Parts: sequence; C-alpha cells; structure tokens
Amino acid sequence: MTDQSHLVPVLEEPGEKSTRRAFLVAAGAAGLAYTAALAYPIYRYLASPSEMAMEATAVTEVTLKDAQKLPAGSVLMFKFGASPALLIHHADGRWISMTAVCTHLGCTVQYEPQADRIHCACHGGVYNAYTGDNVSGPPPKPLKLFKVAVTDSSVDVSRA
Amino acid sequence: MTSKSIYDWIDERLGLSELAAFARHKTVPVHSQSFWYYWGGISLFLFLVQCFTGVLLLVYFRPGAEAYESVRQITFVMHFGWLIRSAHAWSASLMIFSILVHMFSVYFMKAYRKPREFGWLSGMALLGIASVFGFSGYLLPMDELSYFATKVGLQIPAAIPWIGPAIANMLRGGPDVSEFTVQRFFALHVVVLPAIFVPLLGFHLWLVQRHGNASPPCVEALPPAERKSMPFLPNFLRKDLAMWLISLNILALLASVFPWSLGKAFDPLAPAPLGIHPEWYFMSPFEMLKLLGMIPWLQGEPGEIAGILLFTLGIALWVLIPFYDKDKESGQRARAAHYFGLLAVFALLATTVIGYWTIR
Repeated sequence: MTDQSHLVPVLEEPGEKSTRRAFLVAAGAAGLAYTAALAYPIYRYLASPSEMAMEATAVTEVTLKDAQKLPAGSVLMFKFGASPALLIHHADGRWISMTAVCTHLGCTVQYEPQADRIHCACHGGVYNAYTGDNVSGPPPKPLKLFKVAVTDSSVDVSRA
Repeated sequence: MTSKSIYDWIDERLGLSELAAFARHKTVPVHSQSFWYYWGGISLFLFLVQCFTGVLLLVYFRPGAEAYESVRQITFVMHFGWLIRSAHAWSASLMIFSILVHMFSVYFMKAYRKPREFGWLSGMALLGIASVFGFSGYLLPMDELSYFATKVGLQIPAAIPWIGPAIANMLRGGPDVSEFTVQRFFALHVVVLPAIFVPLLGFHLWLVQRHGNASPPCVEALPPAERKSMPFLPNFLRKDLAMWLISLNILALLASVFPWSLGKAFDPLAPAPLGIHPEWYFMSPFEMLKLLGMIPWLQGEPGEIAGILLFTLGIALWVLIPFYDKDKESGQRARAAHYFGLLAVFALLATTVIGYWTIR
C-alpha cells in the first residue's frame, strides 16, 4: 500500500478555485441585475411628478381668458408651465409679463404698485417692474420677460 | 484606526460579540418536516415587502373623498404605479397564505407546547391583525368592489346583539360606508395596526430566538444522539434567503402578469355588481355564515348570532389549544387536538370551495 496521507490536506482541487470564482461572479451579477430591476421602477415611480413638470415647462404660450379687463396699476399671478408668473397692467397702460421666480433662491416675487417695483420678501431683492432688471439686493440675474399680446377676449403670454 | 479597533470600540458599547456568539451557537433541527420551518421567514419577508410597497403607495395616495382618484392616478398615470400597487395587493394575499401555512405547520407539529405558548398566542394575534390589515386595506381604493366588501364585512360586527350597531357605526364613521370610512380605515391601516403589529412581531421573533425551533413529537422522542441539526449561520440562513428569493420571484411574476385591477368608482346608489365575493381568506367565514343562515330555524338574525357564536367558540378553542394539549406524550388529548386541527382544515377548505362554487 502506498502512503497517500500527503493528499489529505489538499482540500481544493486546482479547478475548484476557478469554479468558485465563477460562481461568485455570477452571483454578484445576478445581485446587480435584481437591484437594477427593483430600483428602476421605483425611481421612475417616484420621479413621475418631476417628469410631468418637465413636460409642463415645454409650454410656450398661455392664454389668460378675460385678463384684458385687469385694471391699470394691478397685477395678475398665473402659472406659466410649472412655475408662477406675473402679468402687470401698469398705470401708464403698458402690459408687462415676466417670470415670478426670484433668480436668487427661487422664492416667488411680488409686484408693489405704490413703489412700482418688484420685490422679493425672502432676502429683499428688488427688480425693475418694466424690464425685469435686478436693481438691488442679492439677485444675480434679471427676471425673464414674456411677450404679451392683448386681444378683445384674453391676454396671450408667450415665451420671448 | 483599523477595522479591528473600530469593531472593538463598538463591541465594548453594544456587545456585538455576545450576539455573534449567540448566532454561532444557534442551530435548527433537521428532519423530514424541516421544510415547514421556512414559512415563518417567508411571512416575515412578505411583511417587509408590504412595508416597503406600502410606503411607496403612501407617496401618492390621498385618503378621504379623493381616494379613488388618487388610486386611479397611481395605477394609470404614475410610472410603474400599477406594478407597485399590484405587488402590494398580491403580497398581502401571499402573506396571509404563508402565515396560514406557518400556523397549521406549528399546530400539527405541536410546536405550541411548553415553553412556546406565548409564541402561539402572539402568532395568533399577528394573524388576527394581518386580517384586519387586509380588510382595512381593501377599502382604500374606494372602487365598487371595496365599497361592497366593506359594507358586507361590517354587517358581521353589526349583528352582535345590543352593542353591534354602535360598533359598526363607529368603524364606518356613520350609518353607511363613505369618505369618512376610508379616512379612518386609512388611519387604522397605516398608523394604528403597524404600531401594534411591529412590536408584537418583535416579541414573536424574540421568543423564537429564546426557545429555538420546536421539533415534532416523533423527533423529540428520539434519543439525543439520533437527532440531527444544522447551524443557523450560515447553513439555515442561506436556505432562508433562498426561500425569500423564490418568494420575490413568485411575487414579481404574479404582480406583473396578473396586475391588480381597479373597478369603477364607488357609487352609493349603484346596485352590487354580479359575482361579487370576498377575498379568498374571508371566503370561508362568509360562506359559513351563509350556510348557517340556510338552516330553516336559524334564518335571519338568529342565524347571524349563531354564526358569530360558533366562530368565537371555534377561534377560542383554537387559540387556547396549548392549554388543552400540553402533555409531551401523544395521549388521548393530543389525538383529539390533532383531529380538531384536521376538522378545521377540512371546514376551511370545504367552505372556501363551496363559496367559489356558488358565486353567482
């Protein structure tokens, strides 16, 4: 009888290491596939409202029914796509429309008729009520103006 | 800092090594009935799925008057909303199913005997709460089916003499199912029930760690040397996780191939749709009440009361079984308990089959 005791400590055959490695790689790949298959629907589900808002921002024109009756020296807030906007009928009869989202940190601005300016209450930003230019305070950029067309039955606001 | 010293720092404060030592020594008996040990874990997995999908539904669900509209939005407007809703509904059914399998396996393996009585009692309470979860969740979409299911279901507490109508009105929030009902069922479903269920589940799981898995009497009768077991870590856990993966696959298949439907919005003036029937796990009690009502001298209210009494008695006997069948030996009482279990299984299956057979 030959002495075979030297074979006993060899637990892993040479090929075993590579099959084990292959198994771990396959298991890892399957795990990743499962994670992706679960994460993708959940991400799309939770992202639905922002996707809908993105579609809404694709709007290029808004018709404001009966807005032509807006008295001079007053303002109308409306939604242009997903964000708020201002329609100002100035005391001198001019119609001006611009976005109402402050360029500083995104608060909604307001028109102040007595001072004839646009003011953001959050951090005191002030804009010109005719051009949208940032006049004072922290806002870094002017408010974007929209094109305004007044008809007999409505005011049509469109992207400039 | 090395990972060893980070571990030591945490271990000194939280006692991780004690937990690790406990886990290392935990074993699970191996015998011909070991398969049934997985069903508690499967129920737990499906409960976790319920928590996860439930929170996702909560993101868009609006209780009250807008309930139907919000579920319609989830199902048809939000990306994959139909899939998440379908997974929640299917997982609810599968969870009740696996809890029932778990319960009957515990019953027939006589795993409720000393020292595991509290495990049995807490398990029965968990099943009871799970069925209230099912009942309250069924109303939330406020479509035709859920409206009538809730209307009919609440007739059962309403039939309790004297106090029944007051209880039913309290549950409904008025004399009829309305937006007030969906609002309070919502509070029940997402706040009250989880607040009771989760600690009770913790207690149940703690008891399993404390007493370990019970062996059936035939295995316990063997001399210790002939009993086999496997370590919990990693052997049993690995098989447990494999079961979870299989459950996930079955759930994904059911939820995507058979998406849960949404009926028409409820209309308190519309007649009940044809073929209306309760969820499968309420079919048996529903059918038993119907059958009792067919006995000539039990028609109407006496039948309802007799039915409720019979249920209460049957459930009480079932819950109290550890105190009746407590001897280790398989004597007269153990055999009686076994036959009572077979009778319960037969009655549940038979009435469920009759129920589905007679849907008109």
